[in-house]
Amino acid sequence: MSAFVFRQSASPQEAANWTRRQVIATDLRTIVGRAYPRVTGLFREKSWVFFEVLLPFLATSAFVFVYQAVGAPREYVGFAVLGGAMTAFWLNVIWMMAQQLWWEKSQGNLELYFAAPMNIMSVLFGMAFGGFVMSSTRAAAVLIISTTLFGVSFAVDQWFLLIAVFLLTLAALYGLGMVLASLFLMWGREAWHLTQFLIEPVYFVSGLNFPVARLGVLGSVAISVLPLAVGLDAMRQLAFAGAAYPIGTPPPDVEALILVAMTVVFLLLARWTLRLLERLARKEGRLSVRWQ
Amino acid sequence: MSAAPQPLAIDVQGIRRVYNVKPKPIIALESIDLAVAPGEFFGLLGPNGAGKTTLIKILTTLLLPSGGTARIFGFDVEHQTKQIRRIMNMVAGGEQSGYGILTVREQLWMFSQFYGLGTREGWGRVDELIDAVGMGEQREQRVSTLSTGQRQKMNFARGLLNDPWIFFLDEPTLGLDVGAARAVRELVLAWKAAVPGRTVLLTTHYMAEADELCDRIAIVDHGRILALGSPAELKKRVQRESVFRIELDRLDGGPAALKRLPGVLSAATAAVQDEGRERQTVEVNLTLEDDAALGGVVGALAGLGSHILALRKSEPSLEDVFVELVGRGFDEEDREAEPPAPDHTPDPRDTSHESGDREEEEALV
Repeated sequence: MSAFVFRQSASPQEAANWTRRQVIATDLRTIVGRAYPRVTGLFREKSWVFFEVLLPFLATSAFVFVYQAVGAPREYVGFAVLGGAMTAFWLNVIWMMAQQLWWEKSQGNLELYFAAPMNIMSVLFGMAFGGFVMSSTRAAAVLIISTTLFGVSFAVDQWFLLIAVFLLTLAALYGLGMVLASLFLMWGREAWHLTQFLIEPVYFVSGLNFPVARLGVLGSVAISVLPLAVGLDAMRQLAFAGAAYPIGTPPPDVEALILVAMTVVFLLLARWTLRLLERLARKEGRLSVRWQ
Repeated sequence: MSAAPQPLAIDVQGIRRVYNVKPKPIIALESIDLAVAPGEFFGLLGPNGAGKTTLIKILTTLLLPSGGTARIFGFDVEHQTKQIRRIMNMVAGGEQSGYGILTVREQLWMFSQFYGLGTREGWGRVDELIDAVGMGEQREQRVSTLSTGQRQKMNFARGLLNDPWIFFLDEPTLGLDVGAARAVRELVLAWKAAVPGRTVLLTTHYMAEADELCDRIAIVDHGRILALGSPAELKKRVQRESVFRIELDRLDGGPAALKRLPGVLSAATAAVQDEGRERQTVEVNLTLEDDAALGGVVGALAGLGSHILALRKSEPSLEDVFVELVGRGFDEEDREAEPPAPDHTPDPRDTSHESGDREEEEALV
């Protein structure tokens, strides 16, 4: 055997005939393979410490100082800190999930992904898993620094539910990111404008720096469609048990169910949009023709 | 009972591809038929916009044909994409794939996972291929710091990760310097020679590359195959006579003395060089009915007292074939798309249009 002779099969037909086990193993390995650059980048590009920890921390600090200045209940500082930490995930979903396929296309990676034998959903799962690891580090850094500096104290009664809500929020968030990835690729350049729309307005309607219940009907709508809004609201209720939390939103266990539903819907939608994208791409040449 | 016949590596019948764009649809491929046998090194030669890349995209399952059928080792490109993707790979010229933050080794390992190689198996395979393509020194270098040639070698290693049965190369030496291009060509040949049945489809507009590598070539233009055959067959189509250039120390009686000889179709003085009082050389272009007539010419020259200083046989290049078939050169196609230069006047010293850039083989004298 040499570098030019590897896993030699008797014929192309034999080589093309994969077992179910091979198919599943390839999809799982693709997830790990695609997550690898993101996890590696965490340790290789240190600039994120400045841009993705310090800057969100400054934004959070502004709200903390306002709450302290007007004498708001002490939990509000904690609400803002929790929102600041979750910013890392939303930014990751927007810039490194929704935009990613578009970027992969311009780099020439997308063609290679589609020409490889794995299920392309595995690539999206790999991107999501790598993004989750990256953003968790950033979120943890923001949370620890802010909690220490501003003296936030958490009061958790239901640890299991809190962890479950956190994980479900991320699952729903990255599921939404996977849907957006295909949509952004289909919309092309218009996607950049959509990105702007998805940052500040989403921060606002998700109640990133204040309880979403304060938004009334708008808050209720946000809870039913935005994983960030519902997840953050549930986590605040669970992390500051017994606090004077504004009424108007469902209890955390109901919100956990909403997150489960969102995760399922977004993942199914992601699978459907990706198939639609591939069909359109092959039909119209969107993957391979530069001027499209 | 005899074994079932091996299907063609590439079987294309009536493939057509139209891009529906404004203001009017672009016909990229117009009823292409192609049959490539397993083990063949097949070239698609044509200018930019000829339809080469569109055809390769269809064969690699990235694009659907607007009409016709295409099969890779018997698998339909429209409906059996998974099977095809398991046995093929592709590398394009100028490819910038992957992630600059990774090292060469890491990038190749990442791609190995997409083809289902186990974690350790993948690292082992990557190390083997890095050595095979001569990138041992760049193993731990970041992809973002590689030169164009190094990057293309890495892309080539990526293309071999899954040991494909069919390898699509879309202008793989585009933008490479002479050394790097030669290295890539040698790698392709070495890989192909290692196992019988491996098939390569190469698209290029470098004629010498197609001439050197391909068993057969299809010349493509405006979405049609204009000619198909081995490089020698294609050249034969444009030049049936034998053309020689002879350098002599003298030629008493001029070319007219040669024209009278049997088998000589034409003889003309190409150049006379005066290298001092005692030395002069005469170059004569000779067109013969076939190579056999050369013996008579050599004998006659000896009789005239001329000494042959050099003898070269001129053969048409693939570009000559293209010009003959299409009526223009590759570069002219490119220039058509560009605005005309403000004061473009032909350079009288430029005689390339007359000579047709013929390749010349030195013969022993």
